[in-house]
Amino acid sequence: MPAEQFHEWLRREGRIVVVGASLAGLRAAETLRAEGFRGSLTMIGDEPYQPYDRPPLSKAVLLGKAAPDRTDLPRRRDIDAVWRLGTAATGLDLAAQRVRLADGDEVPYDRLLIATGVRARPWPKEEEAQLDGVFVLRTRDDAVRLHRRLKAGPRRVFVIGAGFTGSEIASACRDQDIPVTVAERADAPLVGALGGVVGAVAAELHHDHGVDLRTGVMVTGLEGSPVGRVRAAHLSDGSVVETDLVVVCLGATRNTEWLTGSGLGAGPRGIACDAGCRAFDFRGIVTDDVYVAGDVARSPHPLFSYQFLSLEHWGNAVAQAEVAAHNMISASSDRIPHMWVPAFWSSQFGVNIKSVGVPSMGEQIMITQGSLTERRFVGVYGYQGRVIAAVSFDNTRWLEFYERQIETGAPFPVEYPTMDRRPEGRKAMPADFPDPSLPTHGPTVTLSGYSPADRRLVFTPSRH
Amino acid sequence: MRLVVDLNRCQGYAQCAFLAPDVFTMHGEESLVYSPWADDEQREKVARAVAACPVQAITADGLDGPGEPAAAAGQGAPDAR
Repeated sequence: MPAEQFHEWLRREGRIVVVGASLAGLRAAETLRAEGFRGSLTMIGDEPYQPYDRPPLSKAVLLGKAAPDRTDLPRRRDIDAVWRLGTAATGLDLAAQRVRLADGDEVPYDRLLIATGVRARPWPKEEEAQLDGVFVLRTRDDAVRLHRRLKAGPRRVFVIGAGFTGSEIASACRDQDIPVTVAERADAPLVGALGGVVGAVAAELHHDHGVDLRTGVMVTGLEGSPVGRVRAAHLSDGSVVETDLVVVCLGATRNTEWLTGSGLGAGPRGIACDAGCRAFDFRGIVTDDVYVAGDVARSPHPLFSYQFLSLEHWGNAVAQAEVAAHNMISASSDRIPHMWVPAFWSSQFGVNIKSVGVPSMGEQIMITQGSLTERRFVGVYGYQGRVIAAVSFDNTRWLEFYERQIETGAPFPVEYPTMDRRPEGRKAMPADFPDPSLPTHGPTVTLSGYSPADRRLVFTPSRH
Repeated sequence: MRLVVDLNRCQGYAQCAFLAPDVFTMHGEESLVYSPWADDEQREKVARAVAACPVQAITADGLDGPGEPAAAAGQGAPDAR
């Protein structure tokens, strides 16, 4: 069938299967219908719930402003789909174009979208992870359980890992006067995502709000009582913290195991795809009928030297899903690239933290507005002489300006005068990121692949 | 009524917190905390908040009545992010 006729047929009566019924899957489905896809649409999800929003689970829910089981995502339109919820996909037959399900069923497709996302990395010592009172926070079920325990008034909460989720949980506990201890392997919170300069400000936030913050330490073990309830955490500096509630916030693992042996280029860092969201097979050849979107995708980005990026960002899930859905039903000349500028937010201790670009690529940072001591500032990150990212603490309205600077490759150090620039902000300083081969709590951006500009490769074994 | 705020877009203008304080509140200077689910009696207030948001960051469904997916702010823009 000629390409043009094929796409017409596909739009009219093709079969599209979406694996992953969360934010990316839902927005892709809506885009498909909005763009005139009239064929059959099947939504497969391993959780038994309609697509729901996750960011409120570590913020509004723990603050008591939202019920954990009521974060269902609003619909932009009716998607007229067949829902297979509570059923995980367990395999993919690329040649036969079929997805295998946990219940033994097989679903055929003409176009497949993989949006299986990530899951929380559990506490690695299995027996200790099983103790009553040890939690992770990723899904709605996790949030319901954690919420219940927090309401019961624990003596102390112990958070492992001071990334965004860990810090947000600590903040919510302090808001409700619950004693909380946070243990972080790096020297400050948020270091993996924002570097040591900004991390030092985050540490002050913890201290000022009465968090017992322990940095530069590892948790060596969790101790249970004879009836199997957690009662203490042991740290590498020899200290012991008594606790009855532990939240493990060690970042996320990509849900790609179900694709093992399928022939797709899928692994612990995600599923490689081109800028149009088409998945690569393991030989590096692009597929024509399998697409990827959201946290599980790794794609090359022109603004960042074509490095493969996988982004655990809410906005990326939406934008990439829209691009993937459009491209799935479009002829090659009508396809569009996914060139979203990475952006995320966090809210903790009453401070609005937002960022654009990829801070963790930055070598240096300049405080171009406000000041670190006031905890109200904009920090601009530089990489090889240009602006690569910006972060704001309670200064969000400036970020759009810096987004343009990133998009246009503006020079760094920043030479133009800015509003509210202090003498301390005139000089660039090292952004102070830890060695990326040493895992901390797991950054939300993973730089993988290599930068062609480097022209050399150093193999660093992953401890993933 | 289900709702979601695109907090990448949100710039803390607090119009929603003023118009529908039972659903949207400010936490600190510019952080927005909102309830992703609102009772039907909040419908009119939420609709006003959706319309008033200067950056069109709020998406809600059921604004026209129970069970009906309604058009939402901020969608359809070709460069929506």
